[in-house]
Amino acid sequence: MKDENIAYFCDKIIKTLYSCVMANVIKIKKGLDINLKGKASDVLLTGKESDSYAIIPDSYDGIVPKVIAKVGDSVKAGTVLMIDKNRPEIKFVSPVSGEVTAINRGEKRKVLSIVVKPDAEPGYVEFGKKSLSSLKTEEIKEAILEAGIWPFIKQRPYDIVASPSETPRDIFVSTYYSAPLAPNFDFIVQGQEADFQTGLDALSKLTSGKVYVGIKKNSSLKVNGVETVEVEGPHPAGNVGVLINHTKPVNKGETVWTINPDDVIIIGRLFNKGIADFSRLVVITGSETTERGYIKTIAGCTIKSLIEGKILEGTAHFRIISGNVLTGHKVGKEDYLYAYDNQITVIPEGDDVNEFVGWAMPGFSKYSMSHTYLTWLFGKNKEYVIDARIRGGKRAMIMSNEYDSVFPMNILPEYLLKAIIAFDIDKMENLGVYEVAPEDFALCEFVDTSKIEIQKIVRNGLNLLYKEMN
Amino acid sequence: MKALRNYLNKIKPNFEEGGKLSMFRSVFDGFETFLFVSNNTSKSGVHIHDSIDSKRIMTVVIIALIPALLFGMYNTGYQHNLAIGVDPGFCMTFLFGFLAVLPKIIVSYVVGLGIEFIVAQWKKEEIQEGFLVSGMLIPMIVPIDTPLWMIAVATAFAVIFAKEVFGGTGYNIFNVALVTRAFLFFAYPAAMSGDQVFVRTTSTFGIGGGQIVDAFSGATPLGQIGIAGKEMIGSFHTVDVLGNPLTTWDTFLGLIPGSIAETSVLAILIGAAILIFTGVASWKTMMSCFIGGAFMAAIFNLAGTTVPMTVSPIDHLLLGGFAFGAVFMATDPVTSARTETGKYIYGFLIGVMAIVIRVLNPGYPEGMMLAILLMNVFAPLIDYYVVESNVKHRLKRAVK
Repeated sequence: MKDENIAYFCDKIIKTLYSCVMANVIKIKKGLDINLKGKASDVLLTGKESDSYAIIPDSYDGIVPKVIAKVGDSVKAGTVLMIDKNRPEIKFVSPVSGEVTAINRGEKRKVLSIVVKPDAEPGYVEFGKKSLSSLKTEEIKEAILEAGIWPFIKQRPYDIVASPSETPRDIFVSTYYSAPLAPNFDFIVQGQEADFQTGLDALSKLTSGKVYVGIKKNSSLKVNGVETVEVEGPHPAGNVGVLINHTKPVNKGETVWTINPDDVIIIGRLFNKGIADFSRLVVITGSETTERGYIKTIAGCTIKSLIEGKILEGTAHFRIISGNVLTGHKVGKEDYLYAYDNQITVIPEGDDVNEFVGWAMPGFSKYSMSHTYLTWLFGKNKEYVIDARIRGGKRAMIMSNEYDSVFPMNILPEYLLKAIIAFDIDKMENLGVYEVAPEDFALCEFVDTSKIEIQKIVRNGLNLLYKEMN
Repeated sequence: MKALRNYLNKIKPNFEEGGKLSMFRSVFDGFETFLFVSNNTSKSGVHIHDSIDSKRIMTVVIIALIPALLFGMYNTGYQHNLAIGVDPGFCMTFLFGFLAVLPKIIVSYVVGLGIEFIVAQWKKEEIQEGFLVSGMLIPMIVPIDTPLWMIAVATAFAVIFAKEVFGGTGYNIFNVALVTRAFLFFAYPAAMSGDQVFVRTTSTFGIGGGQIVDAFSGATPLGQIGIAGKEMIGSFHTVDVLGNPLTTWDTFLGLIPGSIAETSVLAILIGAAILIFTGVASWKTMMSCFIGGAFMAAIFNLAGTTVPMTVSPIDHLLLGGFAFGAVFMATDPVTSARTETGKYIYGFLIGVMAIVIRVLNPGYPEGMMLAILLMNVFAPLIDYYVVESNVKHRLKRAVK
């Protein structure tokens, strides 16, 4: 009897110590901070008025768009434009009030974008202010679905828009944007702390488990009622996948949800104000910009409205990216901001550069994680302008340990990737395919000597696996 | 450079599908990417890429090989001078070695790259640069008196049967340079061992003719150890080509007979430092390889019933191709274990096997080549168990 007591107390003490010391701090060593030129400081800029807004089905993974709106319809912010064919409860709404002016289709009538021309005065669909404490789980779900905010919630496995019919084991939010030139959430959340908190409260009612919030070390962010985890280290430390893997990894049969903190604020506004207010701060970054900082805009705005007058004039060879340089989408000035993005990066395209025997040169200005070019001489504080060239031919996997060194999860990236390429479902499951998203492999793709399109392979693999399993 | 670029742009259409010279498309591509870094920009995924590519990797390995190669050239001349008892000065010594080694390098590259070009054209692929390193390694690991035609035959065999039939660079199971060496060893044993092949005693391109001195014997230290009888335990010591005893320092510096570039551990370690610092080769494989070798040699020392068993761990690591194999061959990323844990096991077992073959098999005074080829076979198995442990860990977590 006595022995059992001692054992019980010892166990208790160890568990308490463990939770104090270990559970809430994640220190990442593997990874890479690419020190790019063109960082934005924490200032607000004024953008141009966006003359149209659009929702782009390609922004979202795992949905089949079914257009509800017709050209000429007059809509408000919160009016349904499109639904998911397979899960019709998932709605995509207009971010602004105005008139539907175009439904652009591509090959095989694929929906490319639904464009809304905004009214002079903003108008919102009224969903009604709601107090979370009186709402049941189903009612909260219903409210988020109704307001068209649901597509911001993603799920793992598969990294697709979450299924409302499921109850996730846990929900994960990472407020640490660690990608190159990424925005600073501490700045974004200023003045919106209450909405952020309300959003988190709503999320905690959607899961049977906990809401985990990853917070950058030394951040001033304060939140209540959720499990906070301090995160430290180079990119991809801030990726939500790393947060999941280091707190409670996804096992086969389990589902977790993830959502960007910016979009948690939008959920918060829904309950605090009763409207679908999709306004957000977008950070303008990159070496080819002249003015850098944050612009307040609304999701789905034109790229032009964000960057006009802020790009170096006279250079035709630049690339505008909606998102960051690792995971973003290439866009033109006439295109629209992708749904999940809160960043614009402008870098040189590089297609006009002809480098003579570059592979044999000392390479004083060539960025490489390895020490194969002499750029290491300049230390870590040197900022680099890196253009969009691939800088090499595609090869079979030759080097080992490249992926591992930027993949801070208990997963063997090379073997998982090979399993995905071979589409061996058993192996994929065994090696952790349910825990990953393409973005987790972004740095692997960056450092890869063999220039393999890793994120594309992972995305296609996840899509195929989803089809196979459902 | 602009003129060259414009010229390339002008002649490029000839080489494209349907052009007059489309049969040389891969050759043109090869030269174009050789001269100018391709300015293709990313279409999917990441928008920026690390500057590293396989050409750069191969370039770094070649740079790392240069100290050993230059030393090998000098040593070729040096051993030759000892054999004929002259001292023509540093420059002539190096020139002799240079002229002796250069034809081997040319033959190896012409044969190997020729096959690569043909295969690339046939498979409509880009020319891959893997052979740039293999082609340099091959002349560095053969005895100086290996006939050129043998190198040509062996290189062709290795490139075709050890690499191209498996799918080309990145898919081969065995290290291509070592397959060349093994082919030579088993197809022409008389030309690859004994005391006649490791020191050139005749003239090269008319340079360095002379009479062999009486005291000369061209046996390598490992060769001497291999043939030493039991009665010599305790009194045995290795000697240079003139019969003077060798010190540990001599074997470290490398002015001793052996395959062309394997003798100087100092030059090899300079190469190792370059490879490790640039991140091109794994220090884990190298280190565990040396530890494995030393460990096995120490065990044999305890037994000590034959002369090879009594050779100290230090001597084992310094002599023959051990260091060269550990640094340049075992670390070949394609044929080595690919998991980090696997690299420790893989390297250690290479070290152990190399010494076991050296000590226990009188037919093979040098065991490094066979040890690495053997472990090339086992590398996937080692990785398999490392991967399985990751899988088990995941399954265990799910059950909890």
